[in-house]
Amino acid sequence: MVPIFFVYFSLVSIVAGVFTVALRSPVHCGLALLTLLLHVAGLFVLLNAEFLFAVQIIVYAGAILVLYLFVLMLLNLKSDERYLHSKYVVMLFAAIAICGELVLLMMQSPFSGSKGDAPAEAVLKEGASYAVGIKMFSEYLLAFEIVGVFLLGAIIGAIVLAKTPVNGETEKGAVR
Amino acid sequence: MAVPLSAYIVVSAVLFTTGLIGVLIRRNFIIVLMSVEIMLNAANINLVAFSHYLESMAGQIIALFIIAIAAGEAAVGLAIIIVVFRGKISTNVDEMNLLKW
Repeated sequence: MVPIFFVYFSLVSIVAGVFTVALRSPVHCGLALLTLLLHVAGLFVLLNAEFLFAVQIIVYAGAILVLYLFVLMLLNLKSDERYLHSKYVVMLFAAIAICGELVLLMMQSPFSGSKGDAPAEAVLKEGASYAVGIKMFSEYLLAFEIVGVFLLGAIIGAIVLAKTPVNGETEKGAVR
Repeated sequence: MAVPLSAYIVVSAVLFTTGLIGVLIRRNFIIVLMSVEIMLNAANINLVAFSHYLESMAGQIIALFIIAIAAGEAAVGLAIIIVVFRGKISTNVDEMNLLKW
């Protein structure tokens, strides 16, 4: 049963990723991205990561994607005739070079290593959220706090950047 | 029959490549940001797959942190897009090539 679900989730997420990059209208790209995020969440379930599944759906599909769609609605972008970068041939060569290096590195990596302390049975006994919570609030507490401060900085930065300039401030405003 | 680890890695590599090509060749700034999200998701698949197969919880924790960083990146990036658009500059990445003038 698991291989069937794996093939379904991975195929749909790859196709949705290609659509996100290839479609012309930004709203269609956003919807393809939504499909991709939901199917990646399905892959997380197959990997015994139920907590990440919930976080992926709530944070990515529920918050980040809605943010993208709001900005798309606010900006009212016209879809141009030409949707590729003006120097896209050069960029494509750079992309092919990086992908070649990626494949090369994957061919020579061993894909194994020392096993950790959380086998699947132990995780399944208490549940994935329990395991994540215990680990996060003991070993990774400092990183957790730093991420909190980072998010506060990102919120303040976004508000300061997107604030509507007051009249008279526009001449010396940020852009023009 | 279990799914091998290399299958997950192939999926994540293909997704990462798609996102990379999107970042490099698309013209619209918003689509470029969406492609960055695809790349971050590919990295997340990789981390969670290794976390499952190597029986360690660290991969899932780092994947959670990546999701938080992605949220911050999306908020700041979209705020920058709004500022640029308000200045009557187009949101195409090959036309906004000057900083302040």
